[in-house]
Amino acid sequence: MVVGASAAGLAAAETLRREGFDGTLTLVGDEPHAPYDRPPLSKQVLSGEWTTRQLPLRPCADLDALGLDLRLGIAATGLDLADRTVRLADGSRLPYDGLIVTTGVRPRRLPGDGGAHVLRTLDDALALREKLTPGCRLVVVGAGFLGAEAAAVAWRLGVHVTLLEPAPVPLAHAVGTEVGRVLCQVHLDRGVELRTGVTVAEVTEEGVRLADGEVVEADEVLVAVGSLPGTEWLADSGLTVGDGLVCDEYCEAAPGVYAAGDVARWHNPLFGTSMRIEHRTNAAEQGMAAARNLLAAPDARKPFAPVPYFWSDQYDLRIQAYGCLRGHDEVTVVEGDLGERRFVAAYRTGERLTGVLAVGMPPKAVRAWRRAIAGGAAWREAVPAGGTEAA
Amino acid sequence: MRVELDVPKCVASGQCVMAAPDVFDQRDDDGVAILLQEHPGEELLDDVREAVAVCPAAAIRLVER
Repeated sequence: MVVGASAAGLAAAETLRREGFDGTLTLVGDEPHAPYDRPPLSKQVLSGEWTTRQLPLRPCADLDALGLDLRLGIAATGLDLADRTVRLADGSRLPYDGLIVTTGVRPRRLPGDGGAHVLRTLDDALALREKLTPGCRLVVVGAGFLGAEAAAVAWRLGVHVTLLEPAPVPLAHAVGTEVGRVLCQVHLDRGVELRTGVTVAEVTEEGVRLADGEVVEADEVLVAVGSLPGTEWLADSGLTVGDGLVCDEYCEAAPGVYAAGDVARWHNPLFGTSMRIEHRTNAAEQGMAAARNLLAAPDARKPFAPVPYFWSDQYDLRIQAYGCLRGHDEVTVVEGDLGERRFVAAYRTGERLTGVLAVGMPPKAVRAWRRAIAGGAAWREAVPAGGTEAA
Repeated sequence: MRVELDVPKCVASGQCVMAAPDVFDQRDDDGVAILLQEHPGEELLDDVREAVAVCPAAAIRLVER
């Protein structure tokens, strides 16, 4: 059984079938839609370039061919490890022999934000799109990648956008101060208002109220302040939950129970650390890995040791990153130039090259850096002297 | 088998090139994927399946016969 019917869950289900599992395969999802792709929600769906017809992860025929017991629009509400059953919101209890948890994340909320938008599901995106009419005032709370993408789309639609961000430089904790400045400058260039160092206390009828009492007026408010893993349904299960469902390097949380995608916190041996990754590519790769390990004999399982990857589109910028950027000790521009918005920045953690972030560079150049990260390259060997330190 | 690439959906991640380098490449200017062979040999089936699975834009489809 696979609980969670988005990218990770679908990848797990497909892999189980491809690897020869021909028993009953139940895929449970809390949304009513067939598995669809989320990254376009804050891009082509919000802008109206795409219709919902372009969103399904697989054509109907391919989904049908998997022979799934597909339970959509029904959330899982509980797990009994001893009985090996999953409880669903419609009151049913489904037995399983093996389980893969792919319940993703849900948006973090703010006080009073019942009337505000969040952006996680297709329904969220369609509701926001409908409101983004030229001249309307949108406040985006949180200038992370999601907030920044939504701001870029809204600006293009003729909306007056204000981005509110508690940190002095958006994304600095992830990408470093200098790269963070470059990434937020693209908003300022277009007249998007960016206010940093401001904390939003609550969402109100008029807009949002800041911690110092000031009210920033808005017609629509988008709250993009991060997410929480979808683990509530596991609270009394006995599984270890701590910012995600805690798994070992095989993505196993308990005998016969695996996890993948945004919800999974697992030990990545490539970096020697526990991580939880909310990236589209990880969902698919980890779904496949968890499924293979679930079917494998105990001594044939493989640790899941990926180089994380994400991309973000904002205006004409395509940002791509490999590896682990957070918690880095040093950032150096190793190719190109920050000012030209065409560069590769390398990230050092300890003595290793642990990540790169590229803007506007040829793909082959970026792939070479990925290989270095995957090989566990030492910083001194991978990064030639003469790079420009970028704080 | 036949491979279909939905070019407008491609997000230029290059995941397909890493999974199946004999079947996919990327344009130098914007990284968008290029289909090198529409009918790859059976020996490439596993690579193509991997590419379909890891594509973050669901832009590749494999039609097996």
